[in-house]
Amino acid sequence: MYRIRFHGRGGQGMKTASRILGTAFFHAGFEVQDAPRYGAERRGAPMFAYVRAARQTINERGIIRHPDLVIVADDTLMGTPTAAVQQGITGQTVMLIHSSEQAQVWRSRLNLAGPVFILPAFEAARDRLELRYIGTACAAAAARLIGVFSWSSLEKALREELAGLGESVVEKNLPHAQQAYDLMESHQGTVTPGAAVTAESFTQPKWIDLSFESARRAAPAIHAAGTSEQMKTGLWRTMRPIIDRAHCKHCWWVCSTFCPDGVIQVDAAGCPQIDYAHCKGCMVCVSQCPNHAIEVVSEQAAQLAEKAGESK
Amino acid sequence: MKRTLLTGNGAAAWGARLAGVEYLPAFPITPQTEIIETIARWIDFGEMDCRMVTLDSEHSMITAAGAAAVTGVRVFTATSSQGLLYGMEMLYTVAGWRAPFVLVNVSRGLASPITLEPDHNDILAARDSGFLQLHCATCQEVLDCILLAYRLAEDERVRLPVIVNLDGFYLSFTREPVEIPDAESVARFLPPFDPENLGFRAGAPLSEAVAVIGGTPYSYFRYQSHLAALNAVDVFAENAAAFAQAFGRTYQAVEAYHCDDAELVFVMMGSFATKAKEAVDRLREAGEAVGLLRPVLLRPFPAADFRRALSGKKGVIVVDQNLSMGKGGVLHTELASALYGYPGTTPVLVSFIGGLGGRDISAEEFYEMHAVTRQAVSEKRAPAPRLLYTEVELREMKKIQAIARVQGLKEQQT
Ligand code: SF4
Ligand code: SF4
Repeated sequence: MYRIRFHGRGGQGMKTASRILGTAFFHAGFEVQDAPRYGAERRGAPMFAYVRAARQTINERGIIRHPDLVIVADDTLMGTPTAAVQQGITGQTVMLIHSSEQAQVWRSRLNLAGPVFILPAFEAARDRLELRYIGTACAAAAARLIGVFSWSSLEKALREELAGLGESVVEKNLPHAQQAYDLMESHQGTVTPGAAVTAESFTQPKWIDLSFESARRAAPAIHAAGTSEQMKTGLWRTMRPIIDRAHCKHCWWVCSTFCPDGVIQVDAAGCPQIDYAHCKGCMVCVSQCPNHAIEVVSEQAAQLAEKAGESK
Repeated sequence: MKRTLLTGNGAAAWGARLAGVEYLPAFPITPQTEIIETIARWIDFGEMDCRMVTLDSEHSMITAAGAAAVTGVRVFTATSSQGLLYGMEMLYTVAGWRAPFVLVNVSRGLASPITLEPDHNDILAARDSGFLQLHCATCQEVLDCILLAYRLAEDERVRLPVIVNLDGFYLSFTREPVEIPDAESVARFLPPFDPENLGFRAGAPLSEAVAVIGGTPYSYFRYQSHLAALNAVDVFAENAAAFAQAFGRTYQAVEAYHCDDAELVFVMMGSFATKAKEAVDRLREAGEAVGLLRPVLLRPFPAADFRRALSGKKGVIVVDQNLSMGKGGVLHTELASALYGYPGTTPVLVSFIGGLGGRDISAEEFYEMHAVTRQAVSEKRAPAPRLLYTEVELREMKKIQAIARVQGLKEQQT
């Protein structure tokens, strides 16, 4: 059975990517299971999606513990514990990372034993519109690494899954998918289906007897004030709002009131300041600013620009 | 007939569409909302002729569903978790009216604390309401069970509402291959709702259960509902036979997987039961005589089917994805009451609680539950019920509590 896991942020098209791959498998005569998994927060928050494909009925269900292929659309997730990108990875697991770093960098940084492939992010990062195609590019590159479908059958799956978005969206996605598919040509078939966990010999689960604790401790209450501050929701951002000082009219209450996370503070001079450690990139402020004074740039591009600035 | 990839929610919407549903009162809740969104789109595009009304709450929604059903239209509605509980008063009320309709519940754990992921405490809270319950393990079953549920609800030997249950995420948002039967064969299996046995006609109004009454009539009406529910065991079997004829898929009140020659048997309900199937396959490869029983029908409880299937078995591994505080697993309790006091060897029942709030159950845990039960059989004594919870999970929990600065942390950590 093929077991494949996609990691990304809400809004990066990982659900669609998993569906494209699922549909391609289905058309190739496989039994398929694909599903996204996310919590209450969507856009920008870490999420994953998975695909199982086999020649027989699939009875496995839920999260994939030992993936044959892991696709990471956003390399900032690598350092986010809750994203659990590396969970269950073995020497057999193939990693496909959308990143501006080299495979060797990730291999040594994460001490990965299995093959690592890079879907280069340099160009895409400069133009934020290009980021829309990460999902399809990831699906196409993954399809080539699996290597059981032709380009034409992948294209069919892609067209089916994107049909709801309109013909022009499909046409814009196709070249990105094709490019990613071609890029992995020499690695076609690197991903091989893994085996199930056998019952002959298995690692015993370390169950414990949960013992009684006083309700002072065992009731689900949060006693520490301001714990949400520790949750750096700024890491969720795929797009960054930037206030253009030349156009801001200091009407102050608009953006700061509408921001659902309350991360826009107005300073003594009446200037709004965004706390980027917690701004989750929802773009509500952008749509509410009556003076169109808030610009949007791709987070990845903004970070690259920051890095370049520092090294100068 | 068309085989395609559908989510459990998509399959539920198709079930309602093929059933020719005429009225849909709705209220949104995660993870159910996609069902009514899908149907709303079909109605918008003229692909489905149905009246959809959004209500102010699940309480009103279930009232509207019951009221419409007793006037003779085919009614569908859907909810989940807190929504089902919010409408609980009306669940009992409309079941008492003997209003035949189908409600889909997408299982999700109950607050507090809050979660979006599934377990069965929501649906089991409706266990005694008078609604019959069908529990699905795959997306295909979701579609099929809705068709079966209408035949069951509308049968004059039954005339009770039915809940079709599917697990949030594991089915609701998971795509699997589903055969969508063509409308003509469904129409043959499930003809339009014949309101004949409702006794309601326009111009001849009737009042539903209005009087405040004493124990004598009350007992009569309540027990009649119980008898009708019991009838549903046989009616379900009849319908399932007709369904198999029409569509080639076989359903039983209790699905049996490799049970005939099994010594130990898993008992589970819902989508996690397919994980148990996988474990049965792997354990059989390792030479173990093991099987699985999965109640599709939970109300009425198919006690006789369980007795038959478990007679002569050595041990039963009951995995409850629910928890009755101060008692334990509901399925374990129900099974024990079905087996106790009947002649024949009574197997050792071992109770496990797992999958609360969508917590995964690993392959290794299935193998270990099997090993524990085999041990219990040889000792002829069931161990204490066990929560599936590992050392690593407790460590993670402690970390969360440290962040939340729970009191008494210091003294208890030593
Ligand atoms: S809403 Fe726009 S113009 Fe007004 S303070 Fe905010 S950024 Fe400036
Ligand atoms: S409203 Fe603007 S500042 Fe606030 S979280 Fe959203 S994007 Fe960030």
